[in-house]
Amino acid sequence: MRQGVVPEVIAREPWELILPLFVLNTFGSVVLYSAAGGHLRPWALLHEIHFAVFLLMAFVISRMSREFFKMVAFPVYGALVGLLVLVELIGAVKGGSQRWLDVGFMQLQPSELMKPAIVLALARFFDLMPPGMTQTWRILVPLAGIVGVPALLVMMQPDLGTGLAITVGAAVVIFLAGLPMWWFVGAIGAVVVAAPLAFFTLLHGYQRDRVLIFLNPESDPLGKGYHITQSKIAIGSGGFWGKGFGNGSQSHLDYLPEAHTDFAFATMAEEWGLAGGIFVLAIFLWTFRWGMRVAQNAPDRFSGLLAAGMTFTIFFYMAINTMMVLGLAPVVGIPLPFISHGGSSMMTNMICVGTLMAVNRWNGRGGTLST
Amino acid sequence: MFNEPKHVSTGTLHNSFERRAVLIGGLQAGLGALLAVRMGYIGVVQNAKYTTASESNRVSLTLIPPRRGLILDRHNNPLAANRSDYRVDLIPDRLVDREDIVDQLGDLLQLGPDKIQDITDQLDKAHGFRPVEVASGLDWDKFAAVSVRLPEMPGVLAQRGFSRWYPTGPSVAHLVGYVGPASAEEYEKDKNPLLVTPGYKVGKDGLEKYYEPSLRGVPGARRAEVTATGKVVRDLDMREDVPGQPLKLSIDGQLQDYASRRIGLESAAVVVVDCHDGAILALCSMPAFDPNAFVGGIGRLQWKMLNEDDHIPLLNKAVRGLYPPGSTMKPMASLALQLHGVSPDEKVLCPGGYRLGSRFFRCDAVHGAVDMRTAIERSCNTYFWSMAHRVGYDAIAPVAKLLGLGQEFDLPGTKQRYGTIPDAAWKMHRFKQPWSAADSLNASIGQGYVSVSPLQLAVMTSRIATGRNFNPSLLFDKPAPLGPNLPFTAEQLQVAHDGMFRVVNGSGTARGAQLKVGDIRMAGKTGTAQVRALVSRGHVGDWKSRDHSLFVCYAPADAPRYAMSVVVEHGTFGARAAAPIARDVMTFLFDPGAAWDTLLAMEKEWGGTPMQRMAAKYQSFVTHYGTSAPKVEGEQAVAEAMDRTEAPVAPVETVVTEQETAHDQPAPSPAPSATPSATAPSPAAQPSPAGNPQ
Repeated sequence: MRQGVVPEVIAREPWELILPLFVLNTFGSVVLYSAAGGHLRPWALLHEIHFAVFLLMAFVISRMSREFFKMVAFPVYGALVGLLVLVELIGAVKGGSQRWLDVGFMQLQPSELMKPAIVLALARFFDLMPPGMTQTWRILVPLAGIVGVPALLVMMQPDLGTGLAITVGAAVVIFLAGLPMWWFVGAIGAVVVAAPLAFFTLLHGYQRDRVLIFLNPESDPLGKGYHITQSKIAIGSGGFWGKGFGNGSQSHLDYLPEAHTDFAFATMAEEWGLAGGIFVLAIFLWTFRWGMRVAQNAPDRFSGLLAAGMTFTIFFYMAINTMMVLGLAPVVGIPLPFISHGGSSMMTNMICVGTLMAVNRWNGRGGTLST
Repeated sequence: MFNEPKHVSTGTLHNSFERRAVLIGGLQAGLGALLAVRMGYIGVVQNAKYTTASESNRVSLTLIPPRRGLILDRHNNPLAANRSDYRVDLIPDRLVDREDIVDQLGDLLQLGPDKIQDITDQLDKAHGFRPVEVASGLDWDKFAAVSVRLPEMPGVLAQRGFSRWYPTGPSVAHLVGYVGPASAEEYEKDKNPLLVTPGYKVGKDGLEKYYEPSLRGVPGARRAEVTATGKVVRDLDMREDVPGQPLKLSIDGQLQDYASRRIGLESAAVVVVDCHDGAILALCSMPAFDPNAFVGGIGRLQWKMLNEDDHIPLLNKAVRGLYPPGSTMKPMASLALQLHGVSPDEKVLCPGGYRLGSRFFRCDAVHGAVDMRTAIERSCNTYFWSMAHRVGYDAIAPVAKLLGLGQEFDLPGTKQRYGTIPDAAWKMHRFKQPWSAADSLNASIGQGYVSVSPLQLAVMTSRIATGRNFNPSLLFDKPAPLGPNLPFTAEQLQVAHDGMFRVVNGSGTARGAQLKVGDIRMAGKTGTAQVRALVSRGHVGDWKSRDHSLFVCYAPADAPRYAMSVVVEHGTFGARAAAPIARDVMTFLFDPGAAWDTLLAMEKEWGGTPMQRMAAKYQSFVTHYGTSAPKVEGEQAVAEAMDRTEAPVAPVETVVTEQETAHDQPAPSPAPSATPSATAPSPAAQPSPAGNPQ
């Protein structure tokens, strides 16, 4: 390996991923800076610090060996299921819904960590299964257990969004693992049939309202449809080039709820317009393409499933959030990766990124700058 | 199919993974494209729609309520002004947790439970964006305390504005009326957004209501950038309001205030008319409500207090109170007699009464031989009975009408009741009974079916004093068109004048009413109108049964400048209650300083000014009833209470004068009683008390 201007330890990193993410995150900081009325506090500065800290964590993760990943897969999964039960118990004692554990220096949200953990556990699971097993009904029993237990625990919190994220992330790994195609077609068909039933029986009143309002936000513009209506007004009034940095009236005058978290994309779109939106989407698509490439180049089944699952986890965040702010999905509390303010989701996303970088390293590919 | 699994190798799975990964990647790209298209649709295709929506979010257009036109007296002193103040309102539609907000405001503004209850009542009635006033006239500290908490209190509005202010309060209540928030009905009728602008008030009664169109003015507007919670970030532009046009009245504000306060604890009306042009200088009715306290809506306790007062503070007695004029009719009657050829020098012997057929009508004293002047001076009924019997009552009624009795005057903004000057046709129409000789006797001394308003008495007095036919007017420098021509000669008038002069300055019934202002002399006539037919008379029995006390007068006697009428409900003899008030008010017109000294000394005994007394009474109601008072029925009920006729009182078929004697009732056929109102049907016939016909 040629000694370049750039030291080896830096050159071997996948800069073609890190740089776009850094640009995206910085753009997020710019949006948060404006949302705070032109101040670094309380969000923009912290957003960059989160990025730096968790990027460091991602580097550490990327140093881990494949065997280490395989070794910790089930223990991590098991520990998180245990924490989910613990959260449920504490919530039952305290009354009301509880999603986090106070661990002193931060509030730990086990359901967040479960998103990458379920991908890791499933990848390990299929790694252990003999290939023939993927075509038999028997494999569905352990799968239902692995996915169902955490998903149900999270939905009981109740946190429908995260529960869905866990389920869909798991479903994608299972899909990629090669289970018969028509099972999935059948399952989607079943969901189509069952969704209306679930809507009227399983959902909480407020969750049902959210869905109804998503279908027709104008029905209650000042009440429960307010979020979607105001978000669409913010994005729609931005036009192609936006109102300009610092000129977003919807976010500055508090019409847009959660302007710095769930609706940060709308905050961005109001000031930067369609141009800013396409820029953000482009970076995300680049990231996903990079992630899927890593998955396809993976040396083995475990790494491939792991990389694809992690990519999809980030994708699911981004897809649900942007669809929500654009009025294509009901309001669920899922932030936009690297744009929305919030340490918890940043950590999850960086675990995914770190894992992707690890798989990329196992692929034997050098960094962008190394030859 | 499942029982015979295909052979699946790692390679097959890898191929499947490759294909499916491409599918997932395609899904991601497809969704990205969908999002971009969706965003383009919202942001570019529908941009105009959402830009408008965003602007209407950002910019709030607020109407600035116009300052109401001032109501001024003849010297340009305000009777109704606008006071810049800090106020807090509630917008019912924006309230999230009503009880909590009202409680918080109660703490911040230190409102008592009675006020909280009134606010809750109003919120119950209000809906939509019609604001409910919480408090006005706040000091800066309280206002600031609410202002800083506005973000946590949706639906609360704290602002600076103008509110109506009546400097003399109750003194002008019945004259100018009051203002209040527009009612739902008013908003239905006139969909003007100004009506639901917080702080905007419409005229609810009196002049404030009648002259609403010209007093209103044109609202200003303010475009401001506001946050979602309604906080103003900055003003964009502003259009000033155009204040309403001022209304200048013929009223002398100080006189109005003085006369109203001089009434003191009595229930009375005072009307003062300018003899030079008929302009009304004072139109007082007390007790009254405090129009300042009505501005934010009428509270429960206030309503209870006003409703339960037997002095009927909601009734404008000056134009809506109807009273038998009693002997104050006598100067008028003397003119009528002269018109029909009665010589003023002819004497009638008063043996202490008058015999009509089998009945004997008692005079109050044995006056001996009296001529016309003396009959006025000493208020001899026998003289007028015998003369009225000679010329016939039909000769007297038209003169009474000529002088203004029973007439309605063109005074916009006042709701007058014009009473009754009875005659044969009227009685037949009304009671289907023929006119009797006893009716003539009663009517000729201002009893029986006769009822007039204090305003009419004042106009009558001014016409007798001047011999001129002015109509009363309320607007400054806009005299009303002249009334009917008066057919009296100077000599005929002089007889009435002489009689009235002697009432006060001779050996008449009101010698205590002499003015002590230089050489200015007052002429007048007392009247004592019986309310109920009583066996014993005078200062006995419960308040409601006492006689009304009346006094009409003018001054200076030699060159009449002011004419006045005073009616004190249940004040007993004319000379006792009404004449002293008339004397002091007349004194005020010539020597205000002396008059104020008299009044201020009296007010010390009465417990302060009317406003102070009302405040003390309200406090006692608060301690007494707390929040137990019933709800205010609504604006309709208030208006009805003001339009309501007095508690119907049967006309008294008896003869009355000032002097106390044992009294015999004439007993005409069981007379149906008539309500004072000519419009209401007669209530159940009330037989007159057993008389003692001789």
